[in-house]
Amino acid sequence: MDMKFKGMKPSRRSFLTGAAAAGVGSVAATVAKGQTAPDPAITELQDWQVYLGDGVDAAPYGMPSKHESHVVRRTVEWLTADNVSSINFTPLHELDGIITPNGVCFERHHGGAAEIDPAEHRLMINGLVDKELVFTMEDLMRFPRENHVYFLECAANTGMEWAGAQLNGCQFTHGMIHNVMYTGIPLKLLLAEAGLKTNAKWILPEGADASAMTRSIPIEKALDDCLVAFKMNGEALRTEQGYPVRLVVPGWEGNMWVKWLRRIEVGDEPWHHREETSKYTDLLEDGTARRFTWEMDAKSVITNPSPQAPLTHGPGYTVLTGVAWSGRGTIPRVDVTLDGGKNWHQARMSGPSLNKSMHRFYFEFEWDGKPLLLQSRAHDSTGYVQPTKNQLREWRGENSIYHNNGIQTWYVNEKGEAENVEIS
Amino acid sequence: MSKFPNQLALVAVATTSVVALSVGLSERAAYRADLAAAEAQAMAEETQAAEASAVAEAAEAETVVTEEVTEEVVAEAEVVEEAVEEPAEDVVAEAPVAEDAPAEEMHAGMAFEGGTSRPALFVGAAWAESHESPMIGELEGITFDLGREALPEEVAAWNIDIRPDGQGLPVGSGDVWTGEEVYIENCAMCHGDFGEAVGRWPVLAGGWDTLTHEDPVKTPGSYWPYLSTVWDYVHRAMPYGQAQSLTDDEVYAITAYLLYLNNLVDDDFELSNENFTEVRLPNEDGFFMDDREEGEIPAFSEEPCMENCKDSVEITMRATILDVTPEEEEAEVTEAAAETSDEPATEEAAAEEAPAEEGATEMAAVDPALVEEGEGVFRKCRACHQVGEGAVNRTGPHLNGVLGRTIGGLDDFRYSGVFEEAKAAGEVWGPENLGAYLADPRGAMPGTKMSFAGLRSEDEIAVMIAYLSTFEAQ
Ligand code: HEC
Ligand code: HEC
Repeated sequence: MDMKFKGMKPSRRSFLTGAAAAGVGSVAATVAKGQTAPDPAITELQDWQVYLGDGVDAAPYGMPSKHESHVVRRTVEWLTADNVSSINFTPLHELDGIITPNGVCFERHHGGAAEIDPAEHRLMINGLVDKELVFTMEDLMRFPRENHVYFLECAANTGMEWAGAQLNGCQFTHGMIHNVMYTGIPLKLLLAEAGLKTNAKWILPEGADASAMTRSIPIEKALDDCLVAFKMNGEALRTEQGYPVRLVVPGWEGNMWVKWLRRIEVGDEPWHHREETSKYTDLLEDGTARRFTWEMDAKSVITNPSPQAPLTHGPGYTVLTGVAWSGRGTIPRVDVTLDGGKNWHQARMSGPSLNKSMHRFYFEFEWDGKPLLLQSRAHDSTGYVQPTKNQLREWRGENSIYHNNGIQTWYVNEKGEAENVEIS
Repeated sequence: MSKFPNQLALVAVATTSVVALSVGLSERAAYRADLAAAEAQAMAEETQAAEASAVAEAAEAETVVTEEVTEEVVAEAEVVEEAVEEPAEDVVAEAPVAEDAPAEEMHAGMAFEGGTSRPALFVGAAWAESHESPMIGELEGITFDLGREALPEEVAAWNIDIRPDGQGLPVGSGDVWTGEEVYIENCAMCHGDFGEAVGRWPVLAGGWDTLTHEDPVKTPGSYWPYLSTVWDYVHRAMPYGQAQSLTDDEVYAITAYLLYLNNLVDDDFELSNENFTEVRLPNEDGFFMDDREEGEIPAFSEEPCMENCKDSVEITMRATILDVTPEEEEAEVTEAAAETSDEPATEEAAAEEAPAEEGATEMAAVDPALVEEGEGVFRKCRACHQVGEGAVNRTGPHLNGVLGRTIGGLDDFRYSGVFEEAKAAGEVWGPENLGAYLADPRGAMPGTKMSFAGLRSEDEIAVMIAYLSTFEAQ
């Protein structure tokens, strides 16, 4: 991948576009206060009250309401040379709960999204095994399966923010993540089927796409919780997520979750391929680099309000919400501050608390209409607390691109418009 | 041919297979142990009432008989649901008992023979965590007789990976000069003749001593630890859009050329499977195993301040100043993209169309032979510059009438600061300063936006200037 995180193409966007787009909400709010004339939404017959709607099968595969058409993945063009080896971002500010709908799960390809005929797809296991095997998709469907909800975060998520606040919107700063339920075969069953030799220490999963993606994974992880998955949120994997079959490497950086999985080689040493040398190594200030930084540190972000989701209702009761996750366990606690970290409050966690899954938090409060400096801080089940960006920079400098899990700050002004900032 | 000082970095090592893979077993084991300890601790601390309840329930379950499996699962699911809703504090104490249960049950499940016993595996591991199902347990000796043995030809077709110790390398060889030819043909349009990259495609050469800079340039020469990665990656994924179209010998040759571009071998170097592991990259020792466990994680695991944590808060940086966020409105996005487009593919297409013959009629005093040669060399510029009738600005300004033109003199092109300065000072392009600029753009005009490594020889510069002089301002 060739992402340029510093050079930038200015756009003419004023950061208030989001607020303008959300204008509808504020009109409704004004009307609600001190209503004098009757509300036509109530007193007048609406078309949908009179005429019949679509019959069943109008959309054999259903799509979201046309009023939700703005809820889409978006890309940042200046990041990559073309849109084939590129990335787009999950619209986190439009979602709630913990599950990411399949159609808006962010995409990252290195050679485009391969269109694979499942009948022509094979999975091979070779190398240090008793029997080198080939499976068809039909074979795979006959193995025992499991269901797990896991987040997948690209190690470069928030990578554009190392040198300072850069992108306005949690979609762009934090949207290289999704959280879905996978149905898949424990990888250890497949490896057992082939029979591991005693010197089997590493595996090399490989994709069938034009980038033939490879990563070295230690055997301990392979035998622990990795899945060879074919379903996401109950339906077949989407093409762009690796149809017909992908690797799931819970809690570890997204690049390792090889899509369009065609082969797993077993070996006794790591391969040091491009995605674990040139890329996905974390360059530190002194010019040396960490390698094999697989686990994703605990992280959180407030999704609402945020630059793309301003407060449009004026002073009064409001709902602050966000997501948190950790590659090392669950998130028992998230703290939230409204005043830039002078005082913190424990947010309310809601929804299932699953290992290596996204968690949802809420903090309801009465907004007095004064500016806010919002931050969230995740605590994971190992006791790790999400650091500030400056704490991280002390350890890593600004050149490491990957694994930026620093605390995000949104500045909300009197009008409710939010902006990505950094604070002292 | 002296653009790159030849700097020999061909290190002959005593044994060929000792490329040190820094992840030794012991290191890894220690890492794993740490991890396990952390996990154990986490579980201990975190065992919630609900979990404990569920696990305890499972622990009580008797050996599972096939027919009962479904019921059992349903029953357990119910228990779990209840437990989640009403966390029962009092069962926490029972949790440790439950921990042994899964393994025991597992074996009970596996004791059955024949196909029908296998579903028991699902139940065997019990609910290890509250609302989460278990991973299927250990399966020593259990296989499903699925799939078939891979044929040697099939393994050979797919097993293309190369390791630092040379494992996987096919027999073959290729030299720098062959490599240059193959590279110019297949790679230069994106990565540049010298690996300097066209537009935003990846840079493949240079970047030495930049790893501590604000904008490090990571190339095989400056950053990559192992040469095998170059061979493996080029072979599996390049040229982009035509993956795996190169022969093994071509990949050896290109790899040799990339070594040459990175000042690591002489121009008479030939790379083969025989001498491959003798070539070591300068930054091999620049990497170390993830050490977050040792420093960062403990440092970030302290109970944070909750109240009166600071007196004042200042905003130190704002994203709106940079303003690089994509537009929300569809129309504007397209417009903005078109406006700032330096998307290489379209540029190239456009450049291709730009008629270059135009100059032929104008070349009054200039040696036609030089001009013709210059036209050949202009291939290196075409991705960014246009000349001739209808030439427009692309990544770089159009070059019609550039000789005699004010430096940075086009009103409709956004030049770098150093160009603006030269313009303000009234400097004009002549053969001399243009020659110096083309020989070493960044040296001659530090801060120039032209990402081009420079022309290699006096000859190339001379013919280029001759060629450019044939295009008058329109
Ligand atoms: C059409 C443009 C194009 C052509 C032609 C092309 N490449 Fe690439 N190259 C790319 C892109 C894009 C990437 C990054 C791919 C990704 O993100 O995974 C890349 C990546 C690379 C890398 C890894 C760079 C890094 O920093 O990790 C190497 C090495 C490379 N190419 C070599 C070659 C060679 C050798 C050829 C010719 C045989 C070639 N490329 C032809 C576009 C191209
Ligand atoms: C990767 C793109 C790229 C390539 C390849 C490239 N240039 Fe440039 N060139 C630029 C850019 C961008 C500028 C503007 C420089 C600045 O503003 O600092 C420029 C500026 C120039 C100028 C000065 C123009 C002016 O208006 O003052 C000349 C002359 C020039 N290039 C010649 C060449 C020649 C000849 C080649 C090929 C041997 C070449 N360039 C290759 C991008 C490129």
